[in-house]
Amino acid sequence: MDTQSQQTWQPIPEKPPPSLSIGPVGWARKNLFSSPLDVVLTLLGLYMTYVVATAILDWAVFGAVWTGTADDCREGSQACWPFIQAKWGQLIYGRYPLEERWRVDATMIIGVLAMIPMLIPAVPFKKWNAIFLFVIYPVLAFFLLLGGSFALPLVETPLWGGLLVTLVTSIVGIVGSLPLGILLALGRRSNMPVVRMLSIGFIEFWRGVPLITVLFMASVMLPLFLPEGVTLDKLLRCLIGIALFSAAYLAEVVRGGLQAIPRGQYEAANALGLGYWRTMGLIILPQALRLVIPGIVNSFIALLKDTTLVLIVGLFDLLGIIQLSFTDPNWSTPNTANTGYFTAAVMFWCLCFSISRYSQFMERRLQTGHKR
Amino acid sequence: MNTIPQTGDGYAIEITNMNKWFGSFHVLRDINLQVRQGERIVICGPSGSGKSTLIRCINRLEEHQEGSIVVDGIELSNDLKKIDEIRREVGMCFQHFNLFPHLTILENCTLAPIWVRRMSKSEATDIAMSYLKRVKIPDQALKYPGQLSGGQQQRVAIARALCMNPAVMLFDEPTSALDPEMIKEVLDVMVDLAEGGMTMICVTHEMGFARRVANRVIFMDEGQIVEQNEPEAFFTSPRNDRTKLFLSQILGH
Repeated sequence: MDTQSQQTWQPIPEKPPPSLSIGPVGWARKNLFSSPLDVVLTLLGLYMTYVVATAILDWAVFGAVWTGTADDCREGSQACWPFIQAKWGQLIYGRYPLEERWRVDATMIIGVLAMIPMLIPAVPFKKWNAIFLFVIYPVLAFFLLLGGSFALPLVETPLWGGLLVTLVTSIVGIVGSLPLGILLALGRRSNMPVVRMLSIGFIEFWRGVPLITVLFMASVMLPLFLPEGVTLDKLLRCLIGIALFSAAYLAEVVRGGLQAIPRGQYEAANALGLGYWRTMGLIILPQALRLVIPGIVNSFIALLKDTTLVLIVGLFDLLGIIQLSFTDPNWSTPNTANTGYFTAAVMFWCLCFSISRYSQFMERRLQTGHKR
Repeated sequence: MNTIPQTGDGYAIEITNMNKWFGSFHVLRDINLQVRQGERIVICGPSGSGKSTLIRCINRLEEHQEGSIVVDGIELSNDLKKIDEIRREVGMCFQHFNLFPHLTILENCTLAPIWVRRMSKSEATDIAMSYLKRVKIPDQALKYPGQLSGGQQQRVAIARALCMNPAVMLFDEPTSALDPEMIKEVLDVMVDLAEGGMTMICVTHEMGFARRVANRVIFMDEGQIVEQNEPEAFFTSPRNDRTKLFLSQILGH
């Protein structure tokens, strides 16, 4: 036999990449300094960042008034933190009675304590946690915040305000609109003409109306149509309005995800004998919702910020209460409004940014490698 | 191996004068087909001849408009309960596997037994693992479909269908989307299944598989069954001109 043909094939051993192309140096070379124009733009960008950052830091931190009274804020132009310190209680609780504020604290603390294990995937007992968070907690929060029973004095919702109202409206809006939005999305893709028409009608109606109109209708018009003697709390009416409004938007986001699922997934589920609801609940929705996490979170963040519109129907959310506090004659200084708006912006930004970061974490976690 | 088993009593599938249209396009014309229990049928034919549509009618992934389809004694109608009953008895494998990408291999296999057959999780897991062993990938059980090769995915798909303990297995071009290196591992599993006595209908162009395993080969064109015969006779002495042309094209190269 010819020994020449008996070659054993050996792959070439692996080599490390050139050192200048990896690590922070490689990154900077590729992204910041890859051409003369890039170098100029990078330096210009750094300079502008420096100018803006120092100006903001100077206004908000180094040159700011940290202690004192309104009189200390009348001169110059810098942040007036004593104003925020004086109004902090209002920013959080609104006009909620001083001696009852512990109830708001308790509700928030219980909520956070129940939410943290829910949001961390590694913690067990998710089922019980979810039951507590979505069934027991809302009831508990309702009785704690509103009172009127269990020896707790009634605190009517017109007294609520500040961060409390912002959180209540946005959380109820988010929790209420997601399931409704999913049902509407399924309805819009249903084979049953009546269900489909109703879903389309609902979605198009609520998408066609500005949120301000919805809030006005809820607070001014709706009571006119209700029978004599029936009153619905104004906050509750706004909550329902916001949830329905947001559900219509979410429905379209979810529908986008449903359409991205290949037909083969439905067929495989059907071939195994899974019915409509199991196919949707076990196969289609878990995939579709994962796909549209960015869109859903986008809607949630928009909803959180849109809750500031409740101001125009006379509810005072975080932004509303800050604006209201400008009218306090004791604090009429040139720096009050700037500081107030800055504080509102920072608080909203923190809320929105944490939602955004968490959703990115979940997106990565739910990635099971089917993108290849 | 190619003899028709006599153990089965009656037909597993009985299709009588079945017609189907897509809109106004007459895709299946006067189909008559009886499949005995334990019988292994290979359907071949040019693309667009209606082979896939035919087997998809058997578990109601497609709806037929005329004639009757009886599976395991149950007649297919618009009655959703009967459709579900038939789907529990009929397993199916698809050209593109259609595994559920958000579930692990094991979860893919246990999902239907748990939710449709109402098995306990541990029982379903035991059954799933035994079938994953049978298709030779028990060590991949905790991976996700996206991490497996095409051949492995198709074997998982077969195991997933088997976990429902079906009376009939349908294969819709199970090797057409695979790299050549992986076709054999899937065919080996199918041969093993055939040797175990499973009633099978396979739409495939793997003529070697047909010769080795099938009791009957059916040739379809233009939505009709043109010719059917035992594999040896079918390949060596086709009667119909259309069959001859088709065979010369697929065996000729």
